[in-house]
Amino acid sequence: MGAGRLYVTVAAGGFRRYATYRAATAAGVFTNTVFGVILVYTYLALWDEKPHLGGYDQAQAVTYVWLGQCLYATLAIQGGGAEKDLMDRIRTGEIAVDLYRPADLQLWWLASDLGRSLFQLLGRGVVPFAFGALFFPMALPAGAGPWLACLVALLLAMVVSFAIRYLAALSVFWLLDGMGVSQAVMIAGVFFSGIVLPLNAFPGAFGDLVQVLPWAAQIQMPADVLMDEIDPWRAFAFQAAWAVVLLAAGRLLQSAATRRVVVQGG
Amino acid sequence: MGERGRLAEGLRAYWLIAGMWVRSAMTYRTSFVVTMCGNGLMTAMDFVAILLMYAQIDSLGGWTLPEVAFLYGLSATSFGIADLVLGSMDVLGARIRDGSFDTLLVRPAPVLAQIGADRFAVRRLGRITQGGAVLGWALAAVDIDWTLPKVLLVPVMVVSGAAIFCSLFVAGAAFQILAQDASEVQNAFTYGGTTLLQYPPTVFGKDLVRGVTFMLPLAFVNWVPASYVLGRPYPLDLPEWAAFAPPLVAVACCAAAGLAWRAGLGAYRSTGS
Repeated sequence: MGAGRLYVTVAAGGFRRYATYRAATAAGVFTNTVFGVILVYTYLALWDEKPHLGGYDQAQAVTYVWLGQCLYATLAIQGGGAEKDLMDRIRTGEIAVDLYRPADLQLWWLASDLGRSLFQLLGRGVVPFAFGALFFPMALPAGAGPWLACLVALLLAMVVSFAIRYLAALSVFWLLDGMGVSQAVMIAGVFFSGIVLPLNAFPGAFGDLVQVLPWAAQIQMPADVLMDEIDPWRAFAFQAAWAVVLLAAGRLLQSAATRRVVVQGG
Repeated sequence: MGERGRLAEGLRAYWLIAGMWVRSAMTYRTSFVVTMCGNGLMTAMDFVAILLMYAQIDSLGGWTLPEVAFLYGLSATSFGIADLVLGSMDVLGARIRDGSFDTLLVRPAPVLAQIGADRFAVRRLGRITQGGAVLGWALAAVDIDWTLPKVLLVPVMVVSGAAIFCSLFVAGAAFQILAQDASEVQNAFTYGGTTLLQYPPTVFGKDLVRGVTFMLPLAFVNWVPASYVLGRPYPLDLPEWAAFAPPLVAVACCAAAGLAWRAGLGAYRSTGS
């Protein structure tokens, strides 16, 4: 089997694994929709008080909310994607089996996580977004161009999201327990990805800072690309740069870990 | 055995199981302290979002920052207490799937007490501490004409609110017996509920406010009584006495949740695995 086909198969496996739990997916759709409604009202009040906050008008703020709910599970904003399994495998020692496989560890988990992301996007993300578009005024592009550009930005966002969580998971080689790291991933993800408030609406110099961190590649970039608030090529370059840096860091850490590793478990 | 005997037995079982989990958490003291701080930090994110908003505005829906902090503190503290007491009930779906729920059914202790105390997590004190700190700050910062009823209403709100959220957890658990994998639905009401109540009622659509007042009476956790304390108009022009209804609402909610739990337990079918 060609290397390409192998990773496609792994990704398909990740997709199918999450597609199995239909009731859980429906429950997730419901929860994301409820949270979307709550957030929309608070954002409408905020933008009522301060029109054009962060350069968005009300319709754009609403669009941002629903895109955020759509991507919440897709990008595992609060963790819980491939990195959870990887942490478990490192903790139990099963990682030894993975290292034996004639496949690249990082690419294997990237493929698996992309499969998961894709399912979450289709199964869990589309419905809340459509619900939002149906019941609230949104700033959606008329032409196909921004939609396609947004899809590219989404793919890059998935890679950046994985790269961050992969680094976190590898730290378990040294820490042996992933609980604290998972918590850190969750807090940083929720805060810096802009799921609580669009990053361009953060005040002052702090606002400038959060917009150059890798988490900005996740919701803010796809949202700005979709609403034509940024030159798509600039957004892609930003996301790709972080993807390359973080994946390379993951690779370095991975080789350091596999060289020193004493596998846990019996 | 009478109702009272069952209640005492349930509380005793809960106490023993929760105590076991506390002792196990205390074995790794550093880990416990770190995860508790993490828990507090995580829940503080909601409040940081509110602070970021108020860094750029003076009022949201006509409410100032100390007033919203008052709502937030009440909502987060009562939810934190409910989360500590019954927050692990979302493992019920997993327990049903892997068949370990059956073990709980044959033990000589009330099932609700067993599942409620299952994986009792002391680290959740982090949320209560964080919510309590915001509430404390709000009480110091907000401008209130204190009278005796208002002073008494504050602790009553926290306790009744916790009971209302507890009833949501129990009703959610009953729902999980029917729809095992769908445990996330309950998050929409519990976590969604506490998030909703952190913002002033004036922000939300009339229908939504009506829904969480008359159908799912979350408004009695803080919106209605807090409006009385702050001397603000009530949501939906409710009558004056509505501010003192929270304990009654809490009792009604707990009774309804108890019935739902019994019905759910009666409809339980083991997966057989």
